[in-house]
Amino acid sequence: MKYMLLIYSNEAAGQAASKAQTDQMIAAYGAYTEAVTKAGILAGSNRLRPSTDATTVRVANGKSQVLDGPYAETKEQLGGYYMIDVPDLDAALSWAARCPAASHGVVEVRPVWTM
Amino acid sequence: MPREDARETAEAVARRSYGKLIAYLAARTRDVAAAEDALSDAFAAALGDWAAHGIPDRPEAWLAAVARRRLIDTARRRRRGEAAAPYLQLIADELAELAAAANAVPDDRLLLMFACAHPSIEAAIRAPLILQTILGFDAATIASAFLVSPATMGQRLVRAKSKIRQAGIPFRVPERAELNARLDAVLAAIYAAFAEGWSDPAGTETRRRNLAEEGIWLGRLVASLMPEEPEALGLLALMLHAEARRSARRNAAGDYVPLAEQDPASWDARLIEEAEALLTRAGRMAGEIGSVGRYQLEAAVQSAHAARRLTGTTDWAAIERIYEALLTITDSPVVAINRAIAIAETHGAAAGLANLDTLAQDARLDEYQPYWAARAGLLARTGESEAAEAAYDRAIGLEADPAVRRFLQERRAELRGDGTGSA
Repeated sequence: MKYMLLIYSNEAAGQAASKAQTDQMIAAYGAYTEAVTKAGILAGSNRLRPSTDATTVRVANGKSQVLDGPYAETKEQLGGYYMIDVPDLDAALSWAARCPAASHGVVEVRPVWTM
Repeated sequence: MPREDARETAEAVARRSYGKLIAYLAARTRDVAAAEDALSDAFAAALGDWAAHGIPDRPEAWLAAVARRRLIDTARRRRRGEAAAPYLQLIADELAELAAAANAVPDDRLLLMFACAHPSIEAAIRAPLILQTILGFDAATIASAFLVSPATMGQRLVRAKSKIRQAGIPFRVPERAELNARLDAVLAAIYAAFAEGWSDPAGTETRRRNLAEEGIWLGRLVASLMPEEPEALGLLALMLHAEARRSARRNAAGDYVPLAEQDPASWDARLIEEAEALLTRAGRMAGEIGSVGRYQLEAAVQSAHAARRLTGTTDWAAIERIYEALLTITDSPVVAINRAIAIAETHGAAAGLANLDTLAQDARLDEYQPYWAARAGLLARTGESEAAEAAYDRAIGLEADPAVRRFLQERRAELRGDGTGSA
């Protein structure tokens, strides 16, 4: 089954981090990505630009509305994702727990709706 | 064969094998709802077929085979919607496996219970889900036991089953690293079912009384399937100890009898002995692991109370120590209240009361009857009658059981009768 691991973290804390902390984090993500790849379960992954770079679009009553910023202003924002293909939820959860984001933010695990 | 015999046999097999058949069908597909539908079709088919052709040698295997065919048919019809291929493959694999196993239906109930009590399933629905899938309780029965509207309970059960399938919750005994936490969820669900039933001491509500029996039945099942897990044995010991005192909680007139005033001769000695043997076995295993779990400790408290039957006294110091240990692993206000009650016995009512006072900040206790009853009892013993009356009033107002309410009202009235009432 395919699962999306959605990474939510505090952007402000990320920006306030020291160079050493940032390097350490990037290295941790690098190692995680490699582990996921080597396990042969990676179906896609990306880091997202911060939510200040987000634009939100909604069409209501035939009129489109374009707003600056993310859909919801929350402390923790979607910052990236891993799509993995594993046998079941427990396997997805154990990969989510290894993701560095699980220690500094949260990882939401969502099964992909197969069409 | 007469139709009635076929019906009786089908019903007997249904009672005995329901959970096993659901587990067997659902473990291959993760589709509990489809398994339920297929099995209910198979039962309907059995009524007609068995009346016409006689009861098969292995009724359970017959039902499994018919239900499995129904599952495959359903999957074929659904082909467009979800990916039916892996589903069909699973069932095909299973067919081969089953043929090899000479028609024996494997027992996957433990796997089903782990799926139902998975951490991604809402905690409050785990016990109802186990009652429905393992025991075949309908939503209305479960709803009335848990004081939820049948429609709401039905929806929540449907949602939970859908989540098992859609989120890919596995039917598997978790890995060692996770086993303790996961097993704890299974045991908690079973204990919740038991507790719902046990909280009807009058035994007037058959459905709830059955729930306590079914809880014990599930506890026996898990203990037999995981005999090396001390907590599984601990939970069973705890439930058996509680069950042993079920009828002692009421006298002949239907009045509430608190534990301290119960006649040990009215306890069920057979259940107590079984509980003690389980607890001893669990203790030996826990000793090897080097840690004792929550259910063993709670059972140990019950065991200490039950010892009065042999010694004539209650070892409150031991009970206090066990609650102390429980508090370090559960951080539960209920445990803290019980510890305060034990302290009142070992160090006097004032010490117990001082201990209870430290809990007063916990908002959860506002509607927790045992807290107010304990408080009232200790206040009465320290001579603070006015405060005791107020606490009794809170306890009485929170109690749903008329016999316990009456008991509390009598205790409250005694405050004045003793001449210690407020001036």
